Amino acid sequence: MENHQLEGLRKFTPARIGVGRTGTRPLTKDFLSFRIDHAAAVDAVYGEVSSELLQEFNLFAVETCYGTKEEYLKRPDKGRVLSVEGEQLISERCVRNPQVQIVISDGLSASAINENLLDVYPALLDSLSLYQIEVGTPFFVKGGRVACMDAIGEILNPEAFILLIGERPGLVCAHSLSAYMCYRPRKGMKESERMVISNIHRRGTPPIEAAAHIGTLVNKMLEQKASGVSLVV
Amino acid sequence: MYRKTRLYGLTYEFHSLKEIMAKANESRSGDDLAGISAENMKERMAAKLVLADILLSDIRNTPLVDPDTDDVSQLIENNVNEEVYQVVKNWTVADLREYILSDDQMGKDLLTLGSGLTSEMIAAVAKIMSNLDLIQAASKIKIITHCQTKIGQQGVLASRAQPNHPSDHLKGMTASLYEALSFGIGDAVIGINPVIDTTENISALLHETKKVIDHFQIPTQNCVLSHVTSQMRAIEKGAPADLIFQSLAGTQAGNESFGISLSMLDEATAMINEKGTATGPNRWYFETGQGSELSSDAHFDIDQVTLEARCYGLARKFSPFIVNTVVGFIGPEYLYDSKQVIRAGLEDHFMGKMHGLPMGVDVCYTNHMNADQNDMDTLSTLLGTAGVNFVIGVPMADDCMLNYQSLSYHDIATLRSVLRLDPAPEFKCWLENIGLMENGKLTQLAGDPTFFLQNV
Repeated sequence: MENHQLEGLRKFTPARIGVGRTGTRPLTKDFLSFRIDHAAAVDAVYGEVSSELLQEFNLFAVETCYGTKEEYLKRPDKGRVLSVEGEQLISERCVRNPQVQIVISDGLSASAINENLLDVYPALLDSLSLYQIEVGTPFFVKGGRVACMDAIGEILNPEAFILLIGERPGLVCAHSLSAYMCYRPRKGMKESERMVISNIHRRGTPPIEAAAHIGTLVNKMLEQKASGVSLVV
Repeated sequence: MYRKTRLYGLTYEFHSLKEIMAKANESRSGDDLAGISAENMKERMAAKLVLADILLSDIRNTPLVDPDTDDVSQLIENNVNEEVYQVVKNWTVADLREYILSDDQMGKDLLTLGSGLTSEMIAAVAKIMSNLDLIQAASKIKIITHCQTKIGQQGVLASRAQPNHPSDHLKGMTASLYEALSFGIGDAVIGINPVIDTTENISALLHETKKVIDHFQIPTQNCVLSHVTSQMRAIEKGAPADLIFQSLAGTQAGNESFGISLSMLDEATAMINEKGTATGPNRWYFETGQGSELSSDAHFDIDQVTLEARCYGLARKFSPFIVNTVVGFIGPEYLYDSKQVIRAGLEDHFMGKMHGLPMGVDVCYTNHMNADQNDMDTLSTLLGTAGVNFVIGVPMADDCMLNYQSLSYHDIATLRSVLRLDPAPEFKCWLENIGLMENGKLTQLAGDPTFFLQNV
């Protein structure tokens, strides 16, 4: 096998090519490396966000109605509804009618928060303060789905909303983060009103760059009083 | 119609065929999510018992979605072979199961039978069949189709090479395709899921795959799996496509959420027949998968097995070259774990074959589903014994664009070796001529993508 030729092919794709075989089966190293990446992805789904990390940013935690991880995976609708205790805690602790509300949620990858929050969150606060946008009281939602922003919107009535949430993990990256944004979140909101910056991690959209981009978009939402397909960007 | 039964001293009463059909399903999370599944195992068995006694004519006379408001219902109803139906209409679903599994019935008998059944009848019988029943029945049915080449023969396991790339990079796609070909994969189709849905990009992918096919004179067909309208725009502008692709749903509302209509499919048929680059008569590639109707809120409280069967009722009108269910792609809220995915894969394959379709399966799972690659080993082996027309391969089972896992090229080569199956005849002959296969086995040269660089 001509190695430089193989390298020539491999440089064009992240696909696992040129791995060879024994009989019709893959070689041990490649086979185990595939299983390791799958293990990381599964652990990201079933993992927990570090409580020290949440404390560091002074984020209190509330839960949705998901109950168990199994139920969370089977019933996306339950991850869109806050628990009664969660609603209460949000009502007690958060500033009403903020210009922008930031919420962090594990979603389908706790690793996405653990790996990226340290980079994304301070940069995001900087980016928003650059536009002189006032931020409400941020908090963490355990077992959240994207549309939990609507339920939170009903309680706090923010003008704009930023949800940093873990994406469904892939084998290439198990800790990719998404930022979902919208103007005036409320129940019955259309999916087309939401905006997203996805693939946020060090080897994807770099966290600092993503934070700057989110700031710009939210500023436009506030200026145009709109989000999603009707926002002119 | 029977709607009541007694089991262990309890009376179970059902209020509609829809309820019986849903509750008779083997357990799956999608039916739970829809709120239509049986409360417990005994109720599930009661529903199966009641369903077993229902007449086929009762199923036909009780449409689950009104044909006047749903064109899939209408199409299924209009395509029933009345001559066959008259013979079987007074059978119960239990009679149907036993006829299908009887030693006296050959594959061709089952194909004739299938033409007189509605999709709902085929779904009903699947609900009272075990996994091995589904394998036994499907294994009798051989469906040979012809696009540029022919697949589906006895003793053949064909494969789709799926050389996807996260940015549709042509050289990256080709590198992945060389890897596939070097393992003898790609006889059913070279099929790419594009990231960028523009006419220009789809044309570029069609041209590039065709270039490889022409250069190495590979007996196969190409396809780019974008929305049907964007493929039509590319074909209109002269891009070379052997097959045209579309995902299907089992209700009109489901298809509307996919942005398609029956008239659009008719237009696409006319275009691929006129401007497609293949020579054979079968030029469609369809994908389906349990749960898609519920995910677009187009399910009308019908269970996902029945809706999946209706996709096949729609597909058979277009005499496709290949059809596959993307069984584990949709996620755990529809099929929670490997047990449910394995069951659904066998159901879909059986139901497709009973519709006379050249049925393949994308044996796959996502990372938030309770399954792993060992489960795919199991399902692919079961489907191989059931005579599946084709399966899908990606490098080391990892699709770096769609972020899910299917089968590795290695896995398909292994299935052929273990189950003594061959690539499609013309493709096998090509593999032998270029030196990648000898006496039905891969040669020393196989499994190395640079093989195709030496021969450029």
